[in-house]
Amino acid sequence: MTKDKELELIRILEHHGRIGTDVLAKMLDENEDNVNACMKKLEDEKVILSYAALIDWTKVTTEDHIAAMIDVKVTPQREVGFDEVAARIQRFPEVTALYLMSGTYDLSVMVEGQTMEGVARFVSSKLSTLDAVLSTTTHFRLKKYKHDGVVFNQDEKDRRMVVSP
Amino acid sequence: MSQNTVQPKTKNKRLSRAVSNIEPSGIRRFFDLAANMEDCISLGVGEPDFVTPWNVREASMAALEQGYTSYTSNAGMFELRTAISEYMLDRFDVGYDPEEEVIVTVGASEAIDLAVRATIDPGDEVLVATPAFVSYEPLVTLSGAVPVPVAADASTDFKLTKERLEAAITDRSRAIILSFPNNPTGAVMNDVELQAIAEVAEAHDLLVFSDEIYAELSYDTEHTAFSTLEHMRDRTVLISGFSKAFAMTGWRLGFVCAPPDITQAMLKIHQYSLMCAPTQAQHGALEALRNGRGIVEKMTNSYRARRNYIVHALNEAGLSCRFPGGSFYAFPSVEVTGMDDETFAEQLLKEEKVAVVPGSVFGKGGEGHVRCSYATSMDALQIATARIEAFVHRHAQ
Ligand SMILES: Cc1ncc(COP(=O)(O)O)c(C=O)c1O
Repeated sequence: MTKDKELELIRILEHHGRIGTDVLAKMLDENEDNVNACMKKLEDEKVILSYAALIDWTKVTTEDHIAAMIDVKVTPQREVGFDEVAARIQRFPEVTALYLMSGTYDLSVMVEGQTMEGVARFVSSKLSTLDAVLSTTTHFRLKKYKHDGVVFNQDEKDRRMVVSP
Repeated sequence: MSQNTVQPKTKNKRLSRAVSNIEPSGIRRFFDLAANMEDCISLGVGEPDFVTPWNVREASMAALEQGYTSYTSNAGMFELRTAISEYMLDRFDVGYDPEEEVIVTVGASEAIDLAVRATIDPGDEVLVATPAFVSYEPLVTLSGAVPVPVAADASTDFKLTKERLEAAITDRSRAIILSFPNNPTGAVMNDVELQAIAEVAEAHDLLVFSDEIYAELSYDTEHTAFSTLEHMRDRTVLISGFSKAFAMTGWRLGFVCAPPDITQAMLKIHQYSLMCAPTQAQHGALEALRNGRGIVEKMTNSYRARRNYIVHALNEAGLSCRFPGGSFYAFPSVEVTGMDDETFAEQLLKEEKVAVVPGSVFGKGGEGHVRCSYATSMDALQIATARIEAFVHRHAQ
């Protein structure tokens, strides 16, 4: 498959991970075996890491689903900089995302949990007790409007006439 | 709509002869059939399924907030005309003077009307490459001239050929209307193919109204603007607009680029009939040209994938369909079913609740084909093509 088609495949899959390879083959004007091979290659190369669904949890469960973003200041360590402390933090199952930031703090830690207490406990007992961690500022997420380019709760009706010029 | 479908009417004395002589669009009839149908999947729409990009909507709202609510100059805001001129040069390699050679119009639709009315006299003949956008022939008729369809049909891959064109020319021929990428066939013509048409235009001293509203939606090749062909700049009226490329159909904003004698004549009609294009829309269009290019590319990529999908799926369903190079229509033949295109479209709508448009409403060359717009979601396309497949299997002969 050409590089252009490979990129196109990646673009499509980024938003429509479930689309069948027969349909993908038609969309790319390619044969299905090539599409399968290309997807396998992208998975092996860890370009495609996972095929996930984007869920609006507020619609399916009344259970609390708490998320917080925690700004963390750390002391960078000799030789390894921020990587070592990041490696420790990313292993906690509560952590769903972790980024190194520029600006007033160093690491941005996204934590998800069932209860506010749970998240608070994680911060106080696990995160802030790490040697390298100097300070934390926790922001609880109140509502999700848009995530990964997808707008939540948007009723996208097709307002066009059934037939038009 | 082709000439020969016009039924002689008893003349209503209150109406002009010109109006009595034209039929309402065949698309309209189909709209009425499909409009009342529940959960119908529509491949009948001739407009993008994207909502106008947010930055464009935002710019237009900001213009309102700032009180831009009065007329602009007749030809359109000078800033917008300049942006159009820069865009055409940059994108399609054709330069026009924003002062004298560009007019902002109320859709490409108005631009076509103006072009015909400003240059054609009653009794003149205007050659129309068909199948074509439904308004060309009626607009020629309304101006008192005679539309002469020239088939750009399946036998020539939906392209207009020099031979066909020459055969249709008479002493009264004054102009040709073409539009590639085409609505409804999706055909594109490359520079070599267009050059052959240009030579005929020059040899017979014809004007060329080149409706390039689908220029951005060329999927496999670069679009050739007709006026970039040798000796053509002076005889080409280039018509385009924001509807298709920028997903702005409801804004009613188009433009025309042509030599000054023609634009100035068009401007006379425009200033008396419409004064100027809507002001808020012009502010939106300015933003579209300045910052909308990346979004156009994204939309085009998405149409390309859907085109590939629908063409393969239609062929698998048993309807033979060429790979259209542009616009957002596939134009398969319905021959295997033994039905004519009107019957096919009506039956498909009734039995499977899929709306497509019969090719013959776009003129003679469209017979035996239906227009399927793929400007709709992949989900809808998959369901629609599965239903078409079921339908064809039931009716294939
Ligand atoms: C070939 C062609 N020209 C012009 C138009 C009308 O464009 P506008 O919305 O700019 O009037 C259409 C719309 O379907 C079209 O297909």
